[in-house]
Amino acid sequence: MSVTRRRFLKLGLTTLAGIGGAMALDGFWRGSAEASEVLTDQKALKAKHWAMVIDSDRLKSAENVQRMIDACHRTHNVPDFGNSKDEIKWMGTETYEHAFPGQENGYLNEGIKEKLFPVLCNHCENPACVRVCPTQATFKRPDGIVAMDYHRCIGCRFCMAACAFGARSFNFRDPRPFIKQVNPDFPTRTKGVVEKCNFCVERLEKGLPPACVEASNGALIFGDLDDPNSEVRQVLATHYSIRRKPELGTEPSVYYLIGGGEEHA
Amino acid sequence: MLEKALSGSRRYWAWVAVLLALIAVGFSTYLKQYHEGLGITGMSRDVSWGLYIAQFTFLVGVAASAVMVAIPYYLHNYKKFGKIVILGEFLAVASVVMCVLFIFVDLGQPVRVLNVLLHPTPHSVMFWDMIVLSGYLLLNIIIGWTSLGAERKGFPPPSWVKPLIYIAIPWAVSIHTVTAFLYAGLPGRSHWLTAIMAARFLASAFAAGPALLVILCLLLRRLSTFDAGRESIQALAKIVAYAMSANVFFFLLEVFTAFYSHIPEHMAPIRYLFFGLDGHRGLVGFMWSAAILAFVGIGLLINPSTRKNERVLPFALAAVFIAAWIDKGLGLIVGGFIPNPMGRITEYAPTLPEIWITLGVYSIGLLVLTVLYKVAIAVREEESLAAHG
Amino acid sequence: MYKGGRIIAGLLLFACLALMPFLINIGKAAAKPSPQVNTPFIQQLTTQTCVESAAFMKTEHMQLLNQWRDAALRDGKTVYVNSQGQSFPISLENSCLKCHSNPQQFCNTCHTYAAVKPYCWDCHNQGGTRQ
Repeated sequence: MSVTRRRFLKLGLTTLAGIGGAMALDGFWRGSAEASEVLTDQKALKAKHWAMVIDSDRLKSAENVQRMIDACHRTHNVPDFGNSKDEIKWMGTETYEHAFPGQENGYLNEGIKEKLFPVLCNHCENPACVRVCPTQATFKRPDGIVAMDYHRCIGCRFCMAACAFGARSFNFRDPRPFIKQVNPDFPTRTKGVVEKCNFCVERLEKGLPPACVEASNGALIFGDLDDPNSEVRQVLATHYSIRRKPELGTEPSVYYLIGGGEEHA
Repeated sequence: MLEKALSGSRRYWAWVAVLLALIAVGFSTYLKQYHEGLGITGMSRDVSWGLYIAQFTFLVGVAASAVMVAIPYYLHNYKKFGKIVILGEFLAVASVVMCVLFIFVDLGQPVRVLNVLLHPTPHSVMFWDMIVLSGYLLLNIIIGWTSLGAERKGFPPPSWVKPLIYIAIPWAVSIHTVTAFLYAGLPGRSHWLTAIMAARFLASAFAAGPALLVILCLLLRRLSTFDAGRESIQALAKIVAYAMSANVFFFLLEVFTAFYSHIPEHMAPIRYLFFGLDGHRGLVGFMWSAAILAFVGIGLLINPSTRKNERVLPFALAAVFIAAWIDKGLGLIVGGFIPNPMGRITEYAPTLPEIWITLGVYSIGLLVLTVLYKVAIAVREEESLAAHG
Repeated sequence: MYKGGRIIAGLLLFACLALMPFLINIGKAAAKPSPQVNTPFIQQLTTQTCVESAAFMKTEHMQLLNQWRDAALRDGKTVYVNSQGQSFPISLENSCLKCHSNPQQFCNTCHTYAAVKPYCWDCHNQGGTRQ
């Protein structure tokens, strides 16, 4: 008996369709354990739009900023490769001219000119990184935090090209040997994925403020931008604030208070 | 038909052996990259795409250029291109294969590449690029292979191929447009944030692709019985001349907008590329070479006496091809990252392993091209044998 | 047969390559894995059950872990309420490894046996520094 080509193709296609259908049904049936559910933690700090205000007047010295960076990097197992090519940073520092390019002038007051401003992920309302990510490995949560799913990242680095703030770092090497002291409560990353500041979402879930905020002695104010009574809103309502590259329309959620010297409440 | 690639002259096998050796070196270097990470390349936090993505971008252009042969032949019945249309399609196949491989070797987590299909994301241009590139690959394989198979049997191509041929024309434009959109839609990269990016890409593609095709035709004439015909070569050379002129014109438009508007962010990358910034001059020599080669190439190709001189022609075409390669395969991508979003400068130079991997991918592409061209030419030889008794 | 010798040699070579995994492993039957659940923490528990029944965990732990991963990381849902109504924090380190403090043994035994290489530990801490 010989199988004609037509018949062979028919059989083949039917078989393939059958396998595909079975796999799809299988997926439906075995989705999860029956009668289980997942909830948010009662202790968790909640907001509609997390935002940060950086009061640069309160950051008197470079050490103040470095303390915040160290707190962040220690908490999140950020490696130190000792070279700028492979460098990974969740929070860094820039002078006014580089943090706010286009807003500098030649006659800036020395204090502002020399000051190191903390720079971090802006958790933009319209994040370009999220728009370009081909796998939704980076995504915006309902509370405004732009998060990373390191399980899903394929390491294409499109998000790094898209970010207008240089907030993202790539694991060019295995980071583990370069972490001085591993914090066992937070995962490390693996080589080949992009990482960045997560607004300490893992701490907010436990009811704690972000690590940098905790280490800032009040220079960083963190809260819900959608709540008119929140401290961030109070501070923004009473002080002059700027954001990085607002003209790009990404709507950063990190605000900077510059000069004025007036203490906030 | 594939069996035709299994018999050939000593020279053919020597060439295949050279390619296989380069592939082996590239592959073993890739294994090193796979284990150690992309840290073995010259890419950095600031210049996060380098040689691989630049080659990908350049080769999408070479792939798209098959339409420069297909349009005159299929839409305007320009019979002279009948012989080379298959070469254009097979060049597209080899180029897309290389594009896909260059994306793959650039990934930090290559084993997760199918996440792009598992979590399809229509708001990502990369998702659409994957669709148009794989579609284009499929179209060209089907069209090329079926046409050649039919030709071998002395039949016209089956009628169902016709619609595919017509679809392939706008599809070719789409692959390069979507690739341009990868860059042209990013808010923080002023060098790329330009509406003319896709047009520039197409112009440079329609110069570099046909230039390569003519060089290949001239090579085939020397190495095999295949002769593309003087007239079709001259027609292609004219296409190259005007496409390259458009490419240079578009680039000058960028220069005008950047420097007359005098917006620092728009000037900085062009300044870096051609004059260096703060003492960083890594690409200055390359960019001026590209500029000179572009003008020399255009001059030699527009001037009828030099274009018709087949001793000069290959050099003119090579000049255009190299100029387009430096512009797109080096300057455009790297320049987009310099200076970085904070206005600081980190330069980029590929490392040796990165260059080996790049050569390895090119060798795979050349091997695919060699095999496909070998088949095409063998089929033609068979035909002419049959025709002449 | 035309070029018969070559064809037979080629077939033999192919057969060898295809059977390689079996040939290499002849006589090396691996012992049946026995994951240990007698960690100090588990021994102190009055009811020694996991977040779901042992049978469920044996067959579905990978789906459950994927569900946990997406719930915690993507949706901010960090509490798991099981089919008995008990809640657990969704955390590989702080829930799973609290009891299974011997992941090297508990996880790896079966995974090695089944030649599965999960990438959990590329990032998550397998312990060592934790109690």
